Order: sequence, then C-alpha cells, then structure tokens
Amino acid sequence: MFDIERWQEIFQTLSKNKLRTILTGVSVASGIFIFIVLLGFSTGVQNGVKEKFSGDATNKISVRAGRTTKQYKGLNPNRQIQLKNEDLDNISNTYGDYLEYKSGGYSNWGAQLVYKNEFGNFYIRGVDPDYQFIEKASITEGRFINQGDINEARKIIVVSNKTKTELFKGKSPIGEMVSVNGINFKVVGVYGDPGGEREESQVFIPLTSAQIAFNGGTNIRDMSFTVAMSDNFDEAVAFSQNLVASIESDIRTKHTIAPNDRAALRVDNTLEKAQKIYSLSDMIKAIFWFVGIGTIIAGIVSVGNIMIIIVKERTKEIGIRKALGAEPLSIIAMILQESIFVTMFSGLFGLVIGLGLLEIVGPTIESDFIKYPQVDFYTALITVFILVAAGTLAGFIPAYRAAKIKPIVALKDE
Amino acid sequence: MGSNSLHVLKGINFHVKEGELVSIMGSSGSGKSTLLNILGMLDEADEGQYILDGVPIKNLNEKIAAQYRNKFLGFIFQSFNLINYKSALDNVALPLYYQGLKRKERMEKAEHYLEKVGLAPWAHHLPSEMSGGQKQRVAIARALASDPKVLLADEPTGALDSKTSYEVMDLIQGINDEGKTILIVTHEDDIAHMTKRIVNLKDGVIIDDSKVEQIRAKQNV
Repeated sequence: MFDIERWQEIFQTLSKNKLRTILTGVSVASGIFIFIVLLGFSTGVQNGVKEKFSGDATNKISVRAGRTTKQYKGLNPNRQIQLKNEDLDNISNTYGDYLEYKSGGYSNWGAQLVYKNEFGNFYIRGVDPDYQFIEKASITEGRFINQGDINEARKIIVVSNKTKTELFKGKSPIGEMVSVNGINFKVVGVYGDPGGEREESQVFIPLTSAQIAFNGGTNIRDMSFTVAMSDNFDEAVAFSQNLVASIESDIRTKHTIAPNDRAALRVDNTLEKAQKIYSLSDMIKAIFWFVGIGTIIAGIVSVGNIMIIIVKERTKEIGIRKALGAEPLSIIAMILQESIFVTMFSGLFGLVIGLGLLEIVGPTIESDFIKYPQVDFYTALITVFILVAAGTLAGFIPAYRAAKIKPIVALKDE
Repeated sequence: MGSNSLHVLKGINFHVKEGELVSIMGSSGSGKSTLLNILGMLDEADEGQYILDGVPIKNLNEKIAAQYRNKFLGFIFQSFNLINYKSALDNVALPLYYQGLKRKERMEKAEHYLEKVGLAPWAHHLPSEMSGGQKQRVAIARALASDPKVLLADEPTGALDSKTSYEVMDLIQGINDEGKTILIVTHEDDIAHMTKRIVNLKDGVIIDDSKVEQIRAKQNV
C-alpha cells in the first residue's frame, strides 16, 4: 500500500488513461454529491417543518370546566363547575414531577384596552409565569410575567407585537400605562408568537391581578400544562395518555362529575397533533433516505460496472504484465489500489462540493419549509467509505478473475 | 481445457545448449505454439521433464511461474504486445519493475537496451506512433531488459513485411552472437534458415532436428 514504486505506476496508468479516470471519478463524485444535497435538504425540510409547527409539537394539556349535562350521584344536571386555585395546586402537587410547565388561566374576552386616544378590543388572559413557555411566546421587548408579579398582584401587562402596532403605532410601549376596563396597567413586555398574528390577539396580565380586576376571587377558568416529551415518541405517547387520564379522573372525582360528561369538564391534549407532526417529519426523513440510498446503490452499481469494463479492457495488458513476471496478487492489488484511490478521491471531492453547496446556498433559501439544510459530517464521511468499500468489492471480483486468466489466453490474437 | 482435452504434443525430446539459435517449424496444429507455451511456463506439460539451466520446472503455482518468467525468460510476440499507453522506455522498463528495481535504475537500464536496438531517439514515443518494425524492436529490448537466460519468440516476423522482417532477424542474430539463447517459432522457411538449427514438428512429434548453415539477415537487407 505504501510502496512508492507502485504508486508511481498507478499514477502513470491513471494519467495516461484520463478519460477512464474522469468517467469513474465523475460517476462516484456525482453519486456522493447528489446524496449529500438530498440529505441536506431533507434536514432542511425537517428543520422547516419543525420550526413551523414547533409551537404545537409538544403535548399541551388544557382543562376547561363548564355546566354539567348529566345527573350524577344524586346531583342535578346544569350545575356550574368552578375550578379554583386549589385545583391547580392539587394537580401540581400530585403530578408536578411529570409536568414541564403549568399555569392557571383567568381570561376576559373582549376587554377594552385604552392608550391615550387609541383603543381596541383584546383577549385579556391572567396567567402564571409558566404560560410563556406553554404558549411558546417569545419576548421581543422587556420581560414576561414573573413570580413577584403573581405574589403581589402587580398591575402590569405584557402586550403582543400586534398590540404594539395597533395601539402604540409601532413605538416601544415599555413603561407606558394602558387602561383595561378602567384600571391602569403598566406595560412591561412585548411578545411574539410563532403561531402568527392570530395568536397575538391576546394580552397577558398576572393571574392574581386578573382575579382581582375581574372579581374572580380564587376562581380560575382553565388550566394548562405541558408534558415533557422524550425522544422516543411512542413512549412519550403512552406516558402522556396515562397522565391525562389520571388528571381528568382526579378532577371528576373531586367535583363529582359523571365520567362521560364532556360538557362539564373538557380535558384536551395536543398529542394527536404532535404525533402527526412527528410522523410527518419521520416520513420526510424516510423518503429522503430512501432516495439517497437509491442514489448510493446506483453509484455502487455504476462503479462496479466501470470496474468490470476496465478489467475487460485491460485483459491484454494484464496478460502482458503476467508474461513479464507480474504475480497474480500484484495484479489484484494494482487494480484495487487504483479503484480505491479514484473512488476515494472523487468521493471526497463530491462530498466537499456537496457540503460547500449547502454551506453557500443554504442560508440564502427563503422558504418557510426549508431551513438550515445541513449534513452531519460523519454521516457524509461514512457514506463515502461505504461507497468506496462497495466499489472495491465490486471491483475485486473482476480483478480476481483477471488475475486468474492465463497469460496465454489473454494474449491470444483476435 | 474443458472435458474434450486434446493431446497436442506426443513425446518431444530435445535439448538446447546455451548460446543456440533454434527455430521451431511446423504447420498449424503441429504443436509448436504449445511447445513454446510450455517452455515459456505459460502452460504446463501433463508428463515429462523440463529442466531450465539445471532447475527442474514443475509443480508451478502462479506465483512461482511469474517469478521464473521474470527471471529466466524474455518473450517476443507476433503482435508485439506492448502496453499502448506507455512510452517505449516505460514498456522496456516494465519487467524491471516486476524485478523490484528502483525507478532510476529501471530507466537507466531501459535506455541502455533501447539504444541497443537503435531506438534511443524514440524513447518517449507511444507504440501507436511507431512502425511495426520499431514496435518489435521495442519488444525485443523489453525481452532483453530483464537479462533472461532464454528468449522465446513466437512468430516474431509474422506481422512484418520481408524487409522489416530481415531487419528484426538481423537484430536477433546480433543478440545471439553475444551469446544469448534464442528459440523462434516460425512457419517461414527463410526466417528458419536464419537460425542455426531447425526443429520440425508434425502432429506433436519431432520429425526432423538438424543444424543448418545460418544465412545472415544482413545480406538480404
């Protein structure tokens, strides 16, 4: 392998047979190149989809109470079920370890927000600090509600980008006072929602402040939780379903609600939605891998083909070499070393070009569905090695056969 | 050779001394090529002995046959069998590569033998740029390069016109004059008479083996 004389011999052969060398090289390099680009865009599409739906790709559990519709344990239907702070506390205490974020909610549809001469109707929600993460609201200015705000029931408000545009005409609202149903709140933060403008119609105030402002006492309208998702999706699904079931049955028991009374207590979770996104992402990955592996197989087959043709074309040369004293092993080594060198070199060349293209073109792609196309370098490198190994194996058979040919047969005049 | 094997040679007994120039004659199918292949270790006889320079040649595996060919034998073919993408010099140097010589040494030796066959100015030309006679002379230089004990020539003039044939035979005679043992397979009478001994084969047996008066090729050039 490190015999300099043999390398000289190989380089001479390669440079004297440029067309053959280039054809082999191009087929290997293009195979790897296509594979890398496909893989890169598959990652890109996955990233795009993930980012697009990232707000929904976790399991969000929401609990809402209403009026009972069924008679249960001697209690009449049409009874209003009222969730309280203690319901949230109970669930937090019981399932705290499994819940990632938790928040109560006390909201007021269509409250009027007034700033100087501007006013508008917004959906005002009193929430806990965790709500920021449940809703995946990203803070663009200032801060979100914190525990201090909750403890002291401060009159502060977090508005949305949409509010900023509509009410404050785009200037920073931090520190400004707005009136909500006649009560003054100080703006401490602005948030944006990856879900877009539709979800930006809400503004947030501390849960405790909302309960005071809207005479709610210790009542809450709803509760939201998120469940940490493990990497293994099936495991996460099973776990989440159990958790949702126990939370629901706890509340039904406590408030004496019939187990099948959907109107009195709704416990929804986004597991199904998350599952769809997970499987969409998996599907995209699978399709690209399928196409990619197909490309690689085509590459291997064509390398093998080229090897067979090369050996065929060189049968006479091999006969001459054998007559001049080449041992069979040296013939095999010569052909294989040559093919490994060419496939390896052009494979790495295709790899570099493919990665380079992703690096250059990747950031300029402006599509919601393709983001940061990239390839794991080791995956790419392993692919090159697989192609080289398979190409070598494909080349070994004809090389072995060539080495077995009797020189007298190879030299026979046609 | 498959199930229907054919006994081509049916008892050949002959001896070549060092420095001889022998031609093997016979019509096609007489077994002359088979004989040469056995002598060239490209094929092996079913029975009998072959002793080359005191070394019994038998039970050869591919590897040892290759080493013997490289050390003991030089081949000259009817169709030259040069490697077409290598220059004349590189072709001549090839057997030296398989002897394990370093590049510099190979090139020096190869140049020496090219000069000997009068093709030094053509060293860097490809076979496709040369005439048939020149190609055969390159092949002869290649056969000589490894300094073999015996040169085996299979119809060396078969693809050449008579003028070029005589030039090549003149070269071969010159090499023989320096003491090299040479065997030539031919079916041309005039070529055979330029050797010192003619062995006539027919149906796998020697029907005639006699020394002849050598005709110098130079007279005909």
